Amino acid sequence: MLFMQGLILTMVAGAGAAVVFTRDPLKQALAISLYGILLSLLFFLLQAPDVSLSQIVVGAVALPLMILLAIVKVRKDAEERRRKEATERGR
Amino acid sequence: MTFYPYVIVVWLFVIGLYGIVSSRNLIHLTICLSIIQSSTYVLLLSIGYQKGAGAPVLLHVPPGTPAVDPVVQALVLTDIVVEVTVTALLLALAIQAHKRFGTLDPDELRVLRG
Amino acid sequence: MRRSARLPVFFVAAGGFAALFLAGLRGLPPFQQYRGPYGYVLNAISVPQRGITDVVSAVNFDFRGFDTLGEEYILFTSVIGVVALLRRLAGETRPAQEQTAPGRPEVETSDATRVFTLTLVGMVTLFGLYIVSHGQISPGGGFQGGTILATSPLMVYLAGDFESFRRIASTRLVEPAEALGAAGYAFIGLAAMALGFAFLYNFIPQVGPGTVISGGTVALIDATVGLEVAAGFVLLLTTFLEEFLSGRGSR
Repeated sequence: MLFMQGLILTMVAGAGAAVVFTRDPLKQALAISLYGILLSLLFFLLQAPDVSLSQIVVGAVALPLMILLAIVKVRKDAEERRRKEATERGR
Repeated sequence: MTFYPYVIVVWLFVIGLYGIVSSRNLIHLTICLSIIQSSTYVLLLSIGYQKGAGAPVLLHVPPGTPAVDPVVQALVLTDIVVEVTVTALLLALAIQAHKRFGTLDPDELRVLRG
Repeated sequence: MRRSARLPVFFVAAGGFAALFLAGLRGLPPFQQYRGPYGYVLNAISVPQRGITDVVSAVNFDFRGFDTLGEEYILFTSVIGVVALLRRLAGETRPAQEQTAPGRPEVETSDATRVFTLTLVGMVTLFGLYIVSHGQISPGGGFQGGTILATSPLMVYLAGDFESFRRIASTRLVEPAEALGAAGYAFIGLAAMALGFAFLYNFIPQVGPGTVISGGTVALIDATVGLEVAAGFVLLLTTFLEEFLSGRGSR
């Protein structure tokens, strides 16, 4: 049990560093999903099933979903802005 | 091993802070903030853990079995759900910043003001 | 400060901060040795006194119910903030409307996706309701169950069925539901005061542990919190998705 906890703690630290060093937000959404699953496994090994349940639902589903929706909105806005500038320049 | 979880907590906090300071994208910045928040969850849960104790769910369990601390788990549980809502608020702010200024770079936002 | 000047300053500051943080954490009891009295007290009295076997839910909604009220209102306020930030202000242009032939589905999703997600809608809703209602018996409760419930309209959206999604998750249904959930928690506390006890006192006489109505007010508070969290998340989703929904067909 002690060895498992130490192993998962090390993996969590590595996954956290991986999330920070992934610069593209789209890839980072998947990285934070994986980080959330590892974190929920750590919480389960620390004898906290309630917290683990909460973390799985939130960290692997809701958080990457919000991030992806924000990325898509920003891209749509950038596309619209480019289209507006192109029509203004053409005028 | 008795001090290892606390080392991981400090590592997660500092690496998240580095992500915020060196970020070039507001969405990347928001995700690094959630890494910092998760380091506090690990700290709280490691404080409450007891060797050889089970989960604080006492269904079909004879009274007197050792169980870990439920207070810190209650704190972390509501905190996780609140975290994602606050992250959604920050993402909405990032979307509005992009609408106004056309860029998601925090350094550029300063230049374009006014 | 320019970025190239900012990073060396950060590294020096982070080194000092990490050293101080570690020195501060050294004062805590070592890992795996829990000292504090509250854990032992709560584990011992939760089942005989309140009849709740999930001690974490008991702490959340009964022993420490006032703090959970505040945290639920943080969630409520953040949802209001997101809706206020992302609403369409007067004078902004709508995105270009895409034309589709009437009668055809608006986005061609594969048959496998449609079958899979539409099968999951019923099961996910049932599972979410189970987690919400059994919060005081086994791990679960209002917060986790509410988030699970909020994913079932999302399944409808993923199946490409935008008309049904717009009808299920319309703001005329979801906003009153969220307000009802948030107010219900406060009303349960005020009902305890009306009966002469303290705010949020557990005034329903307790039944034995292990049944769905065992916790007294905890079962009611679980239901209101589950409603509020589910409605809040669905509102967040529709606010983020509004651009796509308004660009396809009329509102």
